Amino acid sequence: MPQISQLSEVFSSQLFWLALVFGLIFFGIGRGMLPKIRSTVDARDHQVSDDLEKAKAARTGAEETEARWRVRMDEARVEAAHIAHEAKSESGRETEARIKAAVDEIDSRVEAARQRIRDAAAAARAELEAVAADAAQQMVEQLTGIKVESQDAAKAVEAELQVMTTIER
Amino acid sequence: MAAQGKIDPMHQFTIEPIASLHIGSYNVSFTNSALWMTITLVLIFGFMALGMKRQLVPGRWQVAVEGLTGFVDDMVKVNIGPEGKKFVPYIFTLFTFILVSNFLGLLPLAIIPGLHPFTTTSQFSLTGVLAVMSFSIVLIVGFWRHGLGFFKLFVPHGTPLPMIPLIFPIEFISFWVRPFSLGLRLFVAMIAGHILMEVFGSFIVNGLNGGALGWGVGILSFLFVIFVVALELLMCAIQAYVFALLTTLYLSDAIHLH
Repeated sequence: MPQISQLSEVFSSQLFWLALVFGLIFFGIGRGMLPKIRSTVDARDHQVSDDLEKAKAARTGAEETEARWRVRMDEARVEAAHIAHEAKSESGRETEARIKAAVDEIDSRVEAARQRIRDAAAAARAELEAVAADAAQQMVEQLTGIKVESQDAAKAVEAELQVMTTIER
Repeated sequence: MAAQGKIDPMHQFTIEPIASLHIGSYNVSFTNSALWMTITLVLIFGFMALGMKRQLVPGRWQVAVEGLTGFVDDMVKVNIGPEGKKFVPYIFTLFTFILVSNFLGLLPLAIIPGLHPFTTTSQFSLTGVLAVMSFSIVLIVGFWRHGLGFFKLFVPHGTPLPMIPLIFPIEFISFWVRPFSLGLRLFVAMIAGHILMEVFGSFIVNGLNGGALGWGVGILSFLFVIFVVALELLMCAIQAYVFALLTTLYLSDAIHLH
């Protein structure tokens, strides 16, 4: 076994070269390069977790904005419905008022017309009464020779006409 | 050796000097073992250097490098906890050095005449030093953090008082066996695998020279060698992992005292 037979001969050389190589790997790579690689990995992990955090925050923000927007939309919708309702009832009231005004005017015109008709009728009747009283006075005078006062004749005619109107009615 | 008509499966472990070198009275010649250690160093450095672009969005190579460092990081974090962070360079060095050395020893370089790979981790002069180094670190960390309280490690929690004289020596011995088991495990796994491959490789060569029956043996050996090489590839990774893992566990013991 060369490991045993050569041991005393090569041990110092083995130890020397192992120490050299191992030392170079330990100090040059283990302590020199390894921390840099680890810091790169750490930096990346940090960045990834930071980015994730940021994305999460942005998402929460967006959700909040959306919630606020939804609340505002709901409010606006309610208000719009309210306004529409108001406008509808307002226009209804206006129409009603206009109709009422029109009806009133029509009524008043009808009333005025009626009044004119009544006036005309009253005037006609007054004329008729006068003519009838006159006629009655003359008829009585010619038939009986009795002179009837014009006032009495008018009264009689009026009473007669009153009776007639009552009957007519 | 093949030149003498037989194949010596132990020859592959011979250390041969390439350039003679002395410091004082010590022989520190540059050997084939030193050469393959240097190749290990160059490969690890190259692998890491190509992943040092430090991009936010890593390329393929950077992902591979970060995967390796992340693997070691996780192993230390899981076994030692947050205090283990300062041991990561050491565990990383152990793991990569053993892993790359193991794999280098399996390279089929012998196809090219005059070349053959040398498995540095099949030398217990090397695995032993690694084990002693790990064990020394465990001892230093243990006594540094706990002083003489470190001896509580040998008395597990909840041991009944009359059992202590019995438990203490057992724990003490098992503790001192650790560096040997650590170093020998890697060494034995590597040497056994390489001898097995060499032996079955020689069966193929000798079988093909030995008539019809020999051909049968040769073909069977060839199939077996394929299986053994696959197993060895697995073993290379597992042994490197086990060495690093056990070191973290021992360190965890030294830091947390059970």
